[in-house]
Amino acid sequence: MGNKVLFKIARTHVYAKRKQSVIASLGVTFGIGTFIILMSFMTGLNGLLDGLILNRTPHVRVYNEIQPSETQPITTNSEYPNNKFFHKIESIKPKAARSSIRNSIGIIEGYESDKRVKGITPQVSARVFYKSGSVLLNGNLLGINPEEEARLFNFDDYVLHGSPTDLKNNSNGIILGAGVAKKLSLEIGDYIPMVNPQGKEFKLKIVGLFQSGLAEVDNIQSYANIAAAQSAAGEGTGYFTDIHFKLHDIEYATQMAAELEDLFGVHAIDIHRANAQFDTGTSIRNLITYAVSITLLIVAGFGIYNILNMLIYEKMNDIAILKATGFSGSDVKRIFIYQALLIGLMGGSIGLLAGFGMSHVIDNAPFETEALPTIKTFPVNFDPWFYIGGGIFAMVTTFFAGYLPARKASKIDPVEILRGQ
Amino acid sequence: MIMAKEELLKVRELNKFFHDPTTIQVLRDINFDLYKGEYVSIMGKSGCGKSTLLYILSTMDTDYEGHIKLNGINLSQQSHNELARIRNEYIGFVFQFHYLLPEFSILENVMMPALKLGKYPRDQIEHKAIEKLKLLDIQELARKKATQVSGGQKQRVAIARALINEPLIIMGDEPTGNLDSKNADTVFHLFKEMIEEFNTTLLIVTHDEDFAKRTDRIITMSDGRIINL
Ligand SMILES: Nc1ncnc2c1ncn2[C@@H]1O[C@H](COP(=O)(O)OP(=O)(O)OP(=O)(O)O)[C@@H](O)[C@H]1O
Ligand SMILES: [Mg+2]
Repeated sequence: MGNKVLFKIARTHVYAKRKQSVIASLGVTFGIGTFIILMSFMTGLNGLLDGLILNRTPHVRVYNEIQPSETQPITTNSEYPNNKFFHKIESIKPKAARSSIRNSIGIIEGYESDKRVKGITPQVSARVFYKSGSVLLNGNLLGINPEEEARLFNFDDYVLHGSPTDLKNNSNGIILGAGVAKKLSLEIGDYIPMVNPQGKEFKLKIVGLFQSGLAEVDNIQSYANIAAAQSAAGEGTGYFTDIHFKLHDIEYATQMAAELEDLFGVHAIDIHRANAQFDTGTSIRNLITYAVSITLLIVAGFGIYNILNMLIYEKMNDIAILKATGFSGSDVKRIFIYQALLIGLMGGSIGLLAGFGMSHVIDNAPFETEALPTIKTFPVNFDPWFYIGGGIFAMVTTFFAGYLPARKASKIDPVEILRGQ
Repeated sequence: MIMAKEELLKVRELNKFFHDPTTIQVLRDINFDLYKGEYVSIMGKSGCGKSTLLYILSTMDTDYEGHIKLNGINLSQQSHNELARIRNEYIGFVFQFHYLLPEFSILENVMMPALKLGKYPRDQIEHKAIEKLKLLDIQELARKKATQVSGGQKQRVAIARALINEPLIIMGDEPTGNLDSKNADTVFHLFKEMIEEFNTTLLIVTHDEDFAKRTDRIITMSDGRIINL
């Protein structure tokens, strides 16, 4: 019906006041543009940090730990209950439990088809010494399933030269910590001699180099296939020291860890417990991003509010004429809300474009860090939801900024204006 | 042949007060009827309440006491939105001072009430608007902005706008006040044609004796009262 006329009137008003309209819409442009840039950059950075910590941290980790013996002989004597007597005799040492996880095959088979689980990777940790002539370097050889580790825990991001597949294809291969390689002047293709704590000597062929960015890791850690690590540890095929779980939804981690401890009597730690401080960091960064963007948009909203208020004073006569010729109060209100939305639409879409452009510039700006050898530029998250959300938010803000002046306009009494001339 | 007179407007015991700065009564006990196709003029001294009466009858001013019935609709019982619709469809109003929308062309100004009504497609409305401008001899101004024409021309544009929806009643507050006698004559005849073609009712406030004498009936006001029907 008459909506088209209302829109045309709104458009004509905005066009007639193009200078003010452009200034008002620049406010929105600025707010939305900043929102997009901040969100893209901050969440990109969050993603990077997630990559640093979360992506390579298992959501649930099952492991074995040496614990103090729970029952001392004295506690079994009911004449000396613990709440009345101080037990001085605590002499039973921790059990020399196997460092292998009990029933590891059972755990893996039991959970592989669980709907919550994205993947499970067992690991074998073997203490070794890297040997170079008479020098022995402390080391830790981790037996892994290279491709699964790459799929689930972004292992490949930290492999500098070579690839997880190279390791998989070479049963005698090793991906050597970059620090070790540097110290021992070794390169890809070289053999590295090692010796295990039992004195057994063996050699693995370097198929890749590994760099986590943490010197204390890179100077010690190396990766081999599971069988190679098991043999380095002097153990058989059932021997696993760690089982790493990756879940579809990280929220289930705590529940699952408790379940594993319950069902299998193993130690299981979830990511929330292991990285408690990390979650807070992420949510604070998000909070700051939202707070800054919303503040900017509210400021933009005030700009629109001001301009429309001014416009309504200038347009008193027009409003009176429109009403006299049969436009209702709600029609007039709609005209002014359309004006606000037009300004919002102009400013918002330019803001989205500007945000997109700036994000691209940032995305291409060089950013090199030891911690992430595969990252060469700043991380930027081009999530389309930021653009959808930003657009909606721009329109909502301008709607509210326009609503109050528009309501005022709708209440203007035409007779008062017409008589006043 | 005597045609049955069809009632259009019925005004009963209408009183109007202004309260600022002190309460004064500007309309006192107004009673009158208008029939379809009637050509009526209102005369009276400046300040006697003619404009005030028209604002009330045109549904713009709702702050009054009394009863007004337009085409069978009791106006005092309608919501503001409903009154706007009635105004849009049934009433054409020509102001004492010619009010146009400055940012729109003459043609758009004339079309505006019809676009709001939305009864006809846009091209038909445009065609009609040009017809009305032709009748008032200002069709060559159609594309000009409202701020680029003279006072008398503006007044004629306002008249064309009042005609565009072919309303039941056209109310004019000195619609020929700014026109020379030749153009005033054109407007008089144009109104007459509206009556013949659409059975429109005309209620025109005027100070022009010649104009008033040629209408069917003169309502004379003095000091807020009707002294002669
Ligand atoms: N807003 C108002 N507040 C108080 N008094 C008013 C107001 N508007 C008009 N009046 C008074 O009401 C009376 C009628 O005014 P109105 O405009 O209807 O006169 P009019 O007959 O149209 O005069 P004119 O021929 O000069 O146009 C006048 O005495 C005027 O002073
Ligand atoms: Mg008057």
